Amino acid sequence: MDGLIHQILSGIATGGIYASVALALVMIYQATHHVNFAQGEMATFSTYIALTLIQAGLSYWVAFAATFVISFVMGVLIERVLMRPMANAPILSSVGVFIGLLLIFSSISGWIFGYTIKTFPSPFETSKPLLGGYVSGHELGSTAVTLVVLLSVYLFFRHTRLGLAMRAAAYNPASARLVGIRVGWMLALGWGLAAGIGAIAGCMVAPIVFLDPNMMAGILLYSFAGALLGGIGNPLGAVLGGFAVGVIENLGGAYLVGTELKLTLALVIIVAVLVVKPSGLLGKAVQSRV
Amino acid sequence: MSGSNAAGTGALTAGRGAAVASVLGAAVAAAFLFSDYHLFQLTLVVVYAIAILGLTIVTGFNGQISLGHGAFYAIGAYTTAILMDRYDMPYWATLPFSAVVCAGVGFLIGLPALRLGGLYLALTTFALAVATPQVLKHKLIEDYTGGVQGIVISKPDPPFDLPIDADQWLYLFTLAVGCVMFLLAWNLLRGRIGRAMMAIRDHAVAAEAMGIDIAMLKTRTFAVSAMFTGIAGSLGAIAVQFVAPDSFSVFLSIFLFVGLVVGGVASIPGAIYGALFIQFVPNVADQLSKAAPGAVYGILLIAVLYLAPGGAAGFVRSMTRRLCRMVRPGG
Repeated sequence: MDGLIHQILSGIATGGIYASVALALVMIYQATHHVNFAQGEMATFSTYIALTLIQAGLSYWVAFAATFVISFVMGVLIERVLMRPMANAPILSSVGVFIGLLLIFSSISGWIFGYTIKTFPSPFETSKPLLGGYVSGHELGSTAVTLVVLLSVYLFFRHTRLGLAMRAAAYNPASARLVGIRVGWMLALGWGLAAGIGAIAGCMVAPIVFLDPNMMAGILLYSFAGALLGGIGNPLGAVLGGFAVGVIENLGGAYLVGTELKLTLALVIIVAVLVVKPSGLLGKAVQSRV
Repeated sequence: MSGSNAAGTGALTAGRGAAVASVLGAAVAAAFLFSDYHLFQLTLVVVYAIAILGLTIVTGFNGQISLGHGAFYAIGAYTTAILMDRYDMPYWATLPFSAVVCAGVGFLIGLPALRLGGLYLALTTFALAVATPQVLKHKLIEDYTGGVQGIVISKPDPPFDLPIDADQWLYLFTLAVGCVMFLLAWNLLRGRIGRAMMAIRDHAVAAEAMGIDIAMLKTRTFAVSAMFTGIAGSLGAIAVQFVAPDSFSVFLSIFLFVGLVVGGVASIPGAIYGALFIQFVPNVADQLSKAAPGAVYGILLIAVLYLAPGGAAGFVRSMTRRLCRMVRPGG
């Protein structure tokens, strides 16, 4: 029983990271109907920036904030320079650009920072276990950070003018433009936010899985699974899906398939969702007119 | 995307026949002109060309994006390696087996993913590609796959006491299989089924209205495409004489995708240009730094998508057209 509780709690901790990345994916998907295959590599690159800043002598949280800002700017720039001309291109072109970005970010990370596996500091007390030994300090801290991120994203979209404008731009670009919203810039802001959220997820997961240029490949996969499970067009669904996938992954890894097949579990979840309920748990079923 | 003629699927005209014959002649002559190492590289070019041809069929002519064809390449390679290693089967006899296995797996993967449009297949196949090395390493099938160590297979000897060495024979064998595969693809794409595939790509609703069973044809196309790439994997395993899980990482799938786009998405000769690209560009870029091939691939991929969406094949096509116009003014 102790083992089970432990697995569930640490599943929730990693699930929070999947939830953040899934949220970042869904934000871009909602606005542009693109799935950002480079999300993971961008987050890894941001995490390297954070590590460099920390090693340069900045305190953890200052480096953390600076990384968020840098990643935000990076996301905005990518949207403005690369994605904007692709707005009406066929799916193949947008997927191609994302794959190109994935390759570029992955090799830049390797080029600048090297391919050796690096440790990443945790800002939380990790020496002694908490809550009766069920969770480590880092798990608790990173869950808190992801919850704060998710809550602030929710409040931002729900209760600010800018958030409302961004939702309008994603929901109905033509009408949004008619009421004076600068739709292009809203998309760019969405990209910036997604890149920033990805960076936070990268910093939170790096102490657990260690930092190397391919760190996020598996995490991106779980986030895809989470986003699909919750419904790829639904942010709340994506967050819940991310948490659910985290728990499923941990329980499955511990009791069902062993750690060697954890990634395959993500594939199984994706296929299962597509077979059983393609729209996801909270998504709206898409009907195409014939 | 219109003009199936221009895409290399039309009737065999005199000019095109001459071009094909001379390329084929040069390819055969290469077996006797190059050193063993260069011949090995050319063998891999043919292997990649078949693999990319599989992607061309499903992505270029049917409009379905796959980011996971490396998985089928791996399945083909492992099928051949296991049959040769465990069951002492001759190398050539393993090809039909891996064709059947890969087509079957492709069908099963395509079944759920292809019912839905566009991105879902890309997502599922991407997940498949990421998960492949892990599955290959798993201890349940370790007896067959050799686990992390992989399987070493022996190089085939030339049959009938032919006066050529093993590398030359391997190259010519691969080339012959390659020719058969290209002929099959060409035949498939210029016929009724090929037209139906393109109809689905260009206008799914109209295709359905004309009585095409979209989901079934898409799934079948995906299976055929998996079969092509699987056979390429078999040939690749025979050429490299070694299979191991980590040679089939997600980057193999991505490189095949890059080869597809750079060579020209909806073009049969494009598969050859793409194969030349992914075989030789990393060799050049590797001399700069370890990270350079990835960066070069990424930058070129984006550049091609922006500047020349037709890829190398589109470029060659417009050049020949311009040349013809210069030779025959007003023609």
